[in-house]
Amino acid sequence: MCLAVPAKIIKRSEFLGTVDISGVTREVSLMLLPDAVVGDYVLVHAGFAIQAIDEEEALRTLELFKELEQYEIDS
Amino acid sequence: MKLTAEETARAADFFTQAIAKLVKHPVRLMEVCGTHTVSIFRSGIRQLLPDTVELVSGPGCPVCVTPNEYLDTAIAYSGRKNTILTTFGDMLKVPGSQSTLMAEKTQGADIRIVYSPLDSLAVARENPEKVVIFLAVGFETTAPTAAATILQAEQQGLDNFFVLSAHKLVPPALRTILSAPDIRVDGFLLPGHTAAISGLAPYQFVASEYQVPAVVTGFEALDILQGIYMLLAQIANNKAEVANQYRRVVKPAGNEAACRILQQVYQPAPAIWRGFGEIADSGLVLKPQYSGFDAKARLPLAAVVTREPSGCRCGEVLCGRIRPEDCPHFGLSCTPEHPVGACMVSVEGACAAWYKYGQGRWNYA
Repeated sequence: MCLAVPAKIIKRSEFLGTVDISGVTREVSLMLLPDAVVGDYVLVHAGFAIQAIDEEEALRTLELFKELEQYEIDS
Repeated sequence: MKLTAEETARAADFFTQAIAKLVKHPVRLMEVCGTHTVSIFRSGIRQLLPDTVELVSGPGCPVCVTPNEYLDTAIAYSGRKNTILTTFGDMLKVPGSQSTLMAEKTQGADIRIVYSPLDSLAVARENPEKVVIFLAVGFETTAPTAAATILQAEQQGLDNFFVLSAHKLVPPALRTILSAPDIRVDGFLLPGHTAAISGLAPYQFVASEYQVPAVVTGFEALDILQGIYMLLAQIANNKAEVANQYRRVVKPAGNEAACRILQQVYQPAPAIWRGFGEIADSGLVLKPQYSGFDAKARLPLAAVVTREPSGCRCGEVLCGRIRPEDCPHFGLSCTPEHPVGACMVSVEGACAAWYKYGQGRWNYA
């Protein structure tokens, strides 16, 4: 039930945001994420944006996964 | 930026090799969240792990831990005159003592599936002569959405919107598991989306009081493999801390605006969990100033008679005491088409996931 999908905010009017979810647009409430701005990536759950996705951290995770093979495996 | 299939395979390979090297003795890790359970099955992670790493599902499926009494109350409301029930879809097929919401809907009860609790407000506005009751079920991730909906209803002056609340908090259930002498858990994969709201603080006791490692983990296959790797690294180094694998979403302090709205509308209270019984401060009830939205307080019902299905071991599955295939009903008298217990109904229920992804090969490590 705690499923949440990533989406990009493309429009905002007070506490109503329009988000793009893989090409589909829909409206979500921004009541739980009042500081969100157009261009932010957010997680959407039950019609609400519940948290912003930190792009830098997301890239860092991907970079780490890419570079893993350089690391020695501890034993 | 995305990983190519080859990069993903290489990273998965790194983690599985590292996990195999780190594990020195059999370990039992609990994935608390039902979404993790499904993701682990979908990605085939169990087959990649050494036999010495056992993954056991926990209580993180809200539909599963909701006791029969709640379902029976909802079903009783569905038979009330001029009443519309709104609910998330996964509640429909959960068996109560005598019936299901789906069966009642088929027989004419006005039960509507909503994607968001906010959709219930539109139903209430369009039906001013009726009452609308939202079945408010879910953990920290979902409860703020119900709280925000109640604030909206208040702002819009809606007097025909109510909630039947069964929201629950995950940490008290983990404390119950950690306190049970007969349940062994060597590490927890903590639910990423409840922690996205609550932050890390409510989970610190797992490490500080019980010295059990825990990792807040995301939901992609590589997130989960990394979460397991981080748990095993802690175990190998005799460490116990609450680490955060899902940093792109989970901030240490969580979502403070969502927590404020939640605390404005709800307060902790004892709650009954299927399989656990009553757990102190594990439920959320409306604060007195919002009791006007409380269906139970405002729309009294005759007493509801509840009984649990005979032989169903759903409760023991939810605590991590047994695996689904240890239940005598599993796969025989209890299937997704004809579920006996709630764990076989929800797509995130441990029994449903074991049945769907493990048919004929249930003997996973």
